[in-house]
Amino acid sequence: MIYMFKIGVVGDKDSVLAFKALGVDVFPVYDGVEARRIVDTIAQQKYGIIFITEQIASLIPETIERYDRELIPAIILIPSNQGTLNIGMRRINENVENAIGSNIL
Amino acid sequence: MAKLNVNPNRMELSKLKGRLAIATRGHKLLKDKQDELMRRFIELIKKNKKLREEVEKDLIASFKEFLMASAVMSPEMLEEAVVYPKESITLDIKKKNIMSVNVPVMNFVRKLEGDEGSIFPYGLAQTSSELDDAISTLYSIMPKLLELAEIEKTCQLMADEIMKTRRRVNALEYRTIPDLQETIKYIRMKLEENERGTITRLMKVKDIIQKEA
Repeated sequence: MIYMFKIGVVGDKDSVLAFKALGVDVFPVYDGVEARRIVDTIAQQKYGIIFITEQIASLIPETIERYDRELIPAIILIPSNQGTLNIGMRRINENVENAIGSNIL
Repeated sequence: MAKLNVNPNRMELSKLKGRLAIATRGHKLLKDKQDELMRRFIELIKKNKKLREEVEKDLIASFKEFLMASAVMSPEMLEEAVVYPKESITLDIKKKNIMSVNVPVMNFVRKLEGDEGSIFPYGLAQTSSELDDAISTLYSIMPKLLELAEIEKTCQLMADEIMKTRRRVNALEYRTIPDLQETIKYIRMKLEENERGTITRLMKVKDIIQKEA
């Protein structure tokens, strides 16, 4: 399966606008309902990676979890311009705990 | 431990022996798979963690610069400057198989449109230098960000697979195999008992016949 995938960024407008200049598709959202709708819509399309700001991600944890087991898309959390909430780190640690049984890092 | 609900006869015994052999072999293979997955996972997750720390730090710095840019420029101007990107990034995703886990391998295809050299999609006259800084920082983070995406997805998928494998290994080790062993033992005992019963009966019958003769 060789197909060109796109990259999307979901988050509040101030944080994600800068990505626009790099040729990445940007989807400004402000609340959880909208974010869930956008993520579900673009996951159906040919988006290989969806970056989503932690602020927005914290509103829709179950939507993000749903794509954890899929090969495509990869949903990756990024900090927003208000700094990081450490959700991304916590997800890594959760992975470790799930896989190994205790946090060795 | 519970023995399985089967009839104690030779047919069942040989069937169960076969199942035990397969279960033992499966357990060994799965255990090996789990060990290898674990080794790779630990390697990757360490890299993942380091990369995420770096990327988060850089991204926050870049956002700060962008915030400065948006402070000195009017929102309309800012949006106008970035709204028509010069570059387009697409992804080429292939599947890779690590110990039966399909993980993505991502390659990035960057396409610059128009003249090469400048990464900025706008003229320099009407924009502030802060915006240039912000964009160029973000531009330099991008490869790392994409690498992070690949590794993090891989780790997620592997963690999931390790969990599944561990459950299977444990189910075989603590449930299936002991059950089978116990059942086999039970059938053996039962058969031996039957045999002893038959011998005594035969001896008894022989005695009776001899007495009558």
